[in-house]
Amino acid sequence: MPELTYREAVRDALSRAMREDDDVFIMGEDIAEMGGSMGVTQGMLDEFGAERVRNTPISEMAIVGTGIGAAMQGMRPVVEIMYQDFLTLSMEQLVNQAAKHRTMSGGQLKVPLTIRTQGGAGWSPGAQHAQQFESWFVHVPGLKVVFPSTPEDVRGLLWSAIYDDNPVVFFEHRLLYPLKGEVPDELEPIPFGKARIMREGADVTVIAIGRMVPEALQAAEEAEALGISVEVLDPRTLLPLDEEAIIASVQKTNRCVTAHEAVTRGGFGAELTAVVQHGAFDHLDAPIERVGAKFGPLAFAPAMEQWAVPHAADVLEAVKRTVARA
Amino acid sequence: MASTIPAERGLRRVIGDDASIPDGEVDGLDDEGLLELYRSLVLLRTYDERSVIYHRQGRIGTYAIYWGHEAMQAGSFHALADDDWIFPSYRESAIGLLRGMPPATILSWWRGHPAGWWNPADYNVASICVPIATHVPHAAGLAWGKRLRGEDACAIAYFGDGATSEGAFHEGANFAAVMRAPAILFCSNNGWAISTPVSAQTRAQTLADKAIGYGIPSARVDGGDVLAVYEATRAAVARARAGEGPTFIEAVTYRAAPHATADDPSAYIDPERVEEARANECLGRYERYLRRHGLLDAELEQQLKAEAADVMRAGIAAAEAEPKPDLGLLFEHALVDPPASFQTDLAELRRILG
Repeated sequence: MPELTYREAVRDALSRAMREDDDVFIMGEDIAEMGGSMGVTQGMLDEFGAERVRNTPISEMAIVGTGIGAAMQGMRPVVEIMYQDFLTLSMEQLVNQAAKHRTMSGGQLKVPLTIRTQGGAGWSPGAQHAQQFESWFVHVPGLKVVFPSTPEDVRGLLWSAIYDDNPVVFFEHRLLYPLKGEVPDELEPIPFGKARIMREGADVTVIAIGRMVPEALQAAEEAEALGISVEVLDPRTLLPLDEEAIIASVQKTNRCVTAHEAVTRGGFGAELTAVVQHGAFDHLDAPIERVGAKFGPLAFAPAMEQWAVPHAADVLEAVKRTVARA
Repeated sequence: MASTIPAERGLRRVIGDDASIPDGEVDGLDDEGLLELYRSLVLLRTYDERSVIYHRQGRIGTYAIYWGHEAMQAGSFHALADDDWIFPSYRESAIGLLRGMPPATILSWWRGHPAGWWNPADYNVASICVPIATHVPHAAGLAWGKRLRGEDACAIAYFGDGATSEGAFHEGANFAAVMRAPAILFCSNNGWAISTPVSAQTRAQTLADKAIGYGIPSARVDGGDVLAVYEATRAAVARARAGEGPTFIEAVTYRAAPHATADDPSAYIDPERVEEARANECLGRYERYLRRHGLLDAELEQQLKAEAADVMRAGIAAAEAEPKPDLGLLFEHALVDPPASFQTDLAELRRILG
């Protein structure tokens, strides 16, 4: 099996879709000559030309809005919002428009739009450049929300997002881009709503998303040395959510930790916690632990930033707290 | 470098008056075309006046009145081809009638019944966006998509004067210009955004001036002159089809009716201006024009108005005959493939409601 970085895997999915289908095109800020601020779309301008690799004005509301317009007539635009912090500038289009047009047309209009964005701390960009907002969009009926953590998943899920007939908000994590991983020779679409058990275990289930998936895997290694067997589950898509797999895992391990980089308060971990307590209430041997960032704006200072966001050590501590409850 | 686009100050007119101003020429409309335009005006006017009555009778909900805006809607509509997409605001809620949408559909929309949800692709009329100016980027994107696909069609977005203060207008206009999207940005400037006058909305001398900043040519027309609106839109459509990009049209009138049925404008509007606007309203102006040219007599006028009234009577009857909608629609339409949680929620709702 070939190896690709997470970044190359995103590019591969985009390029394959654009080769096969004239209705797929990409647009966003600095995605053409520069290849995107994260280098994801490098080389795509040469292959597909400026009309299909469309550099846009700095105009997030219109990037999403024009994407909606193009999607309305059957095209499959993939728009890029450079940083998910800038999704705030396009919220009207995402929440009131993309998510609502199907309902407002009596279920007759499709908006097959993919909104790719990235973010995450770990490089000290400060308060407005590294936040994690995936949980906001899980709150909006009419959207789908995807947050892959491996090259194979990001490729297969992006393909599914492009060919999903609903608007999909697709989160990538900045620190995952250089991560390498094996991918199948042929692109295999990955269905939404199917979690992946990243590591099997018996004592506690860690449900992790985004960057916290590799962090949780590291914590699981360290826990193993302490005699604790950790199962790591990546839901991969937050909406729809594979509640069955989550509940089944916790029914087996009887303990649960949720982990994301976004602030803990009101984060996706709260939703996961609600799902687990309802679906596995009688199986729980300990309170569910939530791991996330501390509730404050992110700092420029590297030490302060690193203190605010969670790491493998925080997952390990949470794991230890759950097993300590006997 | 694009050259500076001159701003228009006056308002283009075609229709004169019975006294000193002669009628101008209009291209593209023969006698039959002129009468078709009249039919559209009558249909829109009848729809609007009946809707206010239906609201008073409790048969439709709050309704955004467009009395006096019919010339802007019909005049621009008749310059479009069937393939061209229309992005209405709530003020153009009935413009689909001109594309053959049944009145019952639009009345159902105002009744809050799912039968009022149409498929945009059936009429090339987008769903109505209530947040202001939010559909301007959609029109730009759809128009650009048409270009990418090598299709000839364009898109027109309707919005009011207040909409030109919204970010979505500015971002959408800029996008349309940069992409040379075949789009027409049609501003129905009636002087008021609910109770806020244009003078409190902007320091720009005209709303058309705003387009200049984006390199978009604009036209200013008398919004009560259906032929001037038609001509300006026809030129904009021709530019769009020739690949020359978007055009901004500012059609100016004075709002002679409340913003909506929930509004009492006596607290803020100038009654003398309203009287003046009502005396000079667009349907009457066009009727006098047609009479001057021997195209309309009292008999034909009465006949067309009676036909339109019949259409509305049948429309409200059909809307009221719609069966109660199924609760499942609350969830079914949100996603193409609804998640399992929707079924759980629906079952719970059915249980509560018995």
